[in-house]
Amino acid sequence: MIPSNDNPMTTATETKSSQDVALYLRMYRQMVAIRQFEAQVNDLYTRALMPGLAHLYIGEEAIAVGICEALERSDYITSTHRGHGHCLAKGASPNLMFAELLGKRAGYCKGKGGSMHIADPATGNLGANAIVCGSAGIATGAAFTAKHLKNNRVAVCFFGEGALGQGVLYEVMNLAQLFKLPVIYVCENNSYSEYTHFLETTAGEILLRATAFGLDAEDVDGQDVRAVHTTAKRLIDRARKGDGPGFILCNTYRYHGHHVGDINREYYRSKQEEHSWKTERDPILNLGKWLIEQKLADAPALELVGNELEAEMKKAVEFAVASPYPDVSEVNEDVYA
Amino acid sequence: MPESAVGTEKDREITFAQAVREALAEEMRRDSTVCIMGEDVAEAGTPFKVLSGLLEEFGKDRVIDTPISEAGFTGLAVGAAMTGMRPVVDIMFGDFITLTMDQMVNQAAKVHYMSGGKWKVPMVMRTTLGATRRSAAQHSQSLHAWFCHVPGLKVILPSTPYDAKGLLKAAIRDDNPVVFFEDKMMYKMKGNVPAGDYTVPLGLADIKRTGEDISLIATSSMVQVALGAATMLEEIGISAEVVDPRTMWPLDEKTLIESAKKTSRAIILDEGYERYGVTAELASVIATGAFYDLDAPVKRMGAMHVPIPFSPPLEDVTVPTEQTVFEAARKMCGK
Ligand SMILES: Cc1ncc(C[n+]2csc(CCOP(=O)(O)OP(=O)(O)O)c2C)c(N)n1
Repeated sequence: MIPSNDNPMTTATETKSSQDVALYLRMYRQMVAIRQFEAQVNDLYTRALMPGLAHLYIGEEAIAVGICEALERSDYITSTHRGHGHCLAKGASPNLMFAELLGKRAGYCKGKGGSMHIADPATGNLGANAIVCGSAGIATGAAFTAKHLKNNRVAVCFFGEGALGQGVLYEVMNLAQLFKLPVIYVCENNSYSEYTHFLETTAGEILLRATAFGLDAEDVDGQDVRAVHTTAKRLIDRARKGDGPGFILCNTYRYHGHHVGDINREYYRSKQEEHSWKTERDPILNLGKWLIEQKLADAPALELVGNELEAEMKKAVEFAVASPYPDVSEVNEDVYA
Repeated sequence: MPESAVGTEKDREITFAQAVREALAEEMRRDSTVCIMGEDVAEAGTPFKVLSGLLEEFGKDRVIDTPISEAGFTGLAVGAAMTGMRPVVDIMFGDFITLTMDQMVNQAAKVHYMSGGKWKVPMVMRTTLGATRRSAAQHSQSLHAWFCHVPGLKVILPSTPYDAKGLLKAAIRDDNPVVFFEDKMMYKMKGNVPAGDYTVPLGLADIKRTGEDISLIATSSMVQVALGAATMLEEIGISAEVVDPRTMWPLDEKTLIESAKKTSRAIILDEGYERYGVTAELASVIATGAFYDLDAPVKRMGAMHVPIPFSPPLEDVTVPTEQTVFEAARKMCGK
């Protein structure tokens, strides 16, 4: 997503460089883009226009945005079943994403992947993955390549805290540290794996699991995009210099169900809990408030961002709805390279 | 809570999911060493709501939510089974059996033989199979053939609520590691199921429909497809027999061969990959056992040799349908 030029910017205060200000506004816009994208996904599901299910990223936008803003376009990411935000933040086009979500020929994966498998070499997206922790090896391997080809790239592996249950994560963190690979493991702890609270499935301290292997590990408020970005930048720069892998634990919350069909959630979490995250810790609201306080933007300008992106996403949906399905003969293509 | 009997046993209809739950509940009441573990099996009762109510009856010590650690909890189940428990592990999607492979193949399957028959592994793995839910390549596979390939494991593919209950109870009582595959598309299907205790022995095929002209040997999800095709065939004067082996191993070779001998033609249907899969094994059993009685080479129909695509028009052509089975059978019968 390329931010538009008409920034909702008023006057920058002296303490912030114009670069910083542009970054904040870009991050605001990008978070709103993801939220508006996901709102359309939910709408497509509700209108029975989308085959299957999707896992919405709403509430967690600050993580993908804060981290991808610290990456170059040629850097790599791997994503998860809850991956739309990561893909968009890394630069994916909403048109081609919606087309993929609807199983259309124009989609990123020619309709073969769907919501959980968006992949795009042009933006360094090695692929979203529907196996929990399924991409930890892939991200580590991309970092291995970067080191061997000396191409200065970094790989970021996004995963939910549920992936902490998979042994392969510990195997690859050990490898990454042994080989000093430029890879950052980003744990998005939204407190729930499907319908189970993470405290019921996670013993000990999460961060210590990474520091045990000597990774540079930090936890951060995943609802604060500026904080996420600062931490990400430090660890990414460090990894790029050859100082080895990092681990970021982002505490966050998903506002919707595990997937779009998970509507009645009271048996595993309260409405009160959802409400307080949405009203007190929303990454977009809070950045917006801060921008206004700092006189970096005003309310109408921020509202305009929302309206613009809503319109853009609606247009992207129209594009996807109107595009054709793949021809049945394509089913046999792409099995082998 | 488990369903209680409604009306007389004969007309009591429950869903496939309820039948699975009832089998588990009855076995857990009968034997306190039976426990269930897996991801989201307790409060959530699995994403498919198959296990709803078991937590309330049996408590957290026997209906156990695990981390997303398929290799770990499957291995734990192997050890628990060797030392006095009868664990049932729940692997949410059949695609995730890949994560349990070492525990199942090198451990569970081998322990009895390697110990000269001294240790036993009385455990059950319940998991799913089946495409056409628009879930894409990592949530749609039917990988049961992988386990069929391994001596020491038993593999069950129920196709009706009645069979599901009786076979699962038999599996739990079996002293070997048994893998039980449930078709995700079948959970809401209803059928007659007795309220009380009964088992269906492993290794006994069932003739789901009798016929004279062609045998449709079908497993799991493909049984309904075969029955649908048989109805269509009847309209053009072809009488199809539908045989469900129900367990892949042990395998009731005799019933399959007898059916093929009687009808002289056979199509094997299974939702796993056609290449190197279940259909190849069953076709070989029939080709060998009924050789002198066959009027046509045995035909196999399974999943196309591609990862399951997401896009609906593509996904729909990857697995056999009533229509494709009907056409294949008609051709084989020369009509
Ligand atoms: C290996 C594996 N086991 C189980 C699943 C089923 N599953 C899909 S998402 C999910 C929960 C993941 O939780 P988390 O990693 O915290 O990510 P979140 O959904 O919270 O973003 C589970 C259990 C899976 N996809 N892969």
